Amino acid sequence: MTRQPLSRYALRVASLAAALGLWQLLTSLDVDLWLRFSQFPTVTDVAHAFAERLSGDDYWTDLTDSLTRILTGFALAAVLGVATGVLVARSRLAEDLLGPVLEVVRPIPAIALVPVAILLFPSNEQGIVFITCTAAFFPVLVSTRHAVRALTPVWEEAVRTMGGGRFRILGSVVLPGALPGIFGGLSVGIGVSWICVISAEMISGQYGVGYRTWQDYTVVDYPGVFVGMVTIGVLGWITSTAVELLGRRLTHWLPRSSYVPAGRTRTPRPLATPSRPDGEPQKQAQSEQQGQNDPEEARDEHLV
Amino acid sequence: MSTSSETVTAPAAPAPETTRGTRLVLRSAALGRPDAPVLDDVDLEVAPGEILTVVGPSGCGKSTLLRTLAGLLPPLGGTVEVDGGPLTGPSADRALVFQEDALLPWRTLRGNVELPLAIRGVPRAERRSRAASWLARVGLTAQAGQLPHRVSGGQRQRAQLARALADSPRAVLMDEPFGALDAQTRSGMQDLLVEVLRGTGATVVFVTHDVDEALFLGDRVALIGSGRRVSAVREVPRPRDRAAFDAPARVALRRAVLTSLGS
Repeated sequence: MTRQPLSRYALRVASLAAALGLWQLLTSLDVDLWLRFSQFPTVTDVAHAFAERLSGDDYWTDLTDSLTRILTGFALAAVLGVATGVLVARSRLAEDLLGPVLEVVRPIPAIALVPVAILLFPSNEQGIVFITCTAAFFPVLVSTRHAVRALTPVWEEAVRTMGGGRFRILGSVVLPGALPGIFGGLSVGIGVSWICVISAEMISGQYGVGYRTWQDYTVVDYPGVFVGMVTIGVLGWITSTAVELLGRRLTHWLPRSSYVPAGRTRTPRPLATPSRPDGEPQKQAQSEQQGQNDPEEARDEHLV
Repeated sequence: MSTSSETVTAPAAPAPETTRGTRLVLRSAALGRPDAPVLDDVDLEVAPGEILTVVGPSGCGKSTLLRTLAGLLPPLGGTVEVDGGPLTGPSADRALVFQEDALLPWRTLRGNVELPLAIRGVPRAERRSRAASWLARVGLTAQAGQLPHRVSGGQRQRAQLARALADSPRAVLMDEPFGALDAQTRSGMQDLLVEVLRGTGATVVFVTHDVDEALFLGDRVALIGSGRRVSAVREVPRPRDRAAFDAPARVALRRAVLTSLGS
């Protein structure tokens, strides 16, 4: 009925390969149709530069620096965002005290906080982590707040009638119940974090993928710039996949919809003969039953 | 899963203690939310260990009465007493079985039944064994490891029943627990309820809009009419005896109840 996981992976690889092929084609032929690809490095140029970088020390230092910054900032944002979100959603006092401040700070792009970070923190390193953290904090906060407010009241009432107190309700109802929403915020947050860590590194970093990319640009090393961009893309993909997988694992209890997006049935069309109305319903019932079994299997395959 | 009496073998029930159940008393109580009072001037006394069914049309305030007794909703006026003292809030002594699905969807049926025991601080091993024995009593041993959305509505309500009774509460408050079930499952659940309540000595307040269910389960039936108050409390002859369904006394009571409910 649906495509097998293997062929789905093949399709995904093919999609990436096609994008690379198009890039190689446009740049190696120096296509200049309004968009100018003649100055663009080719895929092979970038690959050579990449291989060179991989063998050097600096690349790995950049990589670990950027990862350390984003993971620290993101982890802080996750903890602070969930804690603040729960507090604001559950307590009217907290909502009145923190709400206005949060709403005023929220629209400020995290990267615009660079001056604040420079003034506040003794070192650039802490400033970058601060900016990354602020960037991810608000998506996590907002989605946590919404998720906590949307909890089914009967769950909390059930735990209260079992004699559960505040902390029991927090641990047994609020946090697990809000988890699907929280992970929505974390997924958005990790993406915004990457934008901000790279930008912050470009402005004020020493080492780091963003810093290196900007350095390459200032010395007109275009293949190097592309190596930086590819690195950011791959790292971003890996981290958001990790968040996504963790989220699915922790919210495995969610009833997944039985609707399968790619579920185009491939059963051969019954010949349009209304001459045998007796045999048809049985066949249909059978295929319907197969359709009911199918989502069960589809539920367990996790493709990212 | 229709009838559970054959799968359920009640373990040797402890001798029912007469003092085990809670006494619940409402004196000229007004109930509801502050902006929406539902019941006025309620005088009701529930004796320890009895099963009181509350019957009335939808929206008459039966659930409000139950939520008040559970301690989720403070009374707007009058007094509500538990064993002679004022009712101050929810307590593990008074378990509530909800009409809607109140199992935590991220916990397995076993995990849900263990929850009240975990809250009480029962050690893990004992929690396990007590939950297992309750799940067995409601016939859910095979489904113990399933998540609530993977089992049927009747099985979910059985799990809720096991969860409510797991911590041996002194009162069980039930809010149309079988309202969403089909007739077949429903009568099986009624038998099961009678079976598992035997020997617990718990006071039961059971709310329903089904007169037959109320007359089958209750020692006494409280009627809430459209007048926003408890209009009458009647003794039920031969409660929990299916054979008594056609008995003249029961038939007369049934007619009287239906008449006073205005249907």
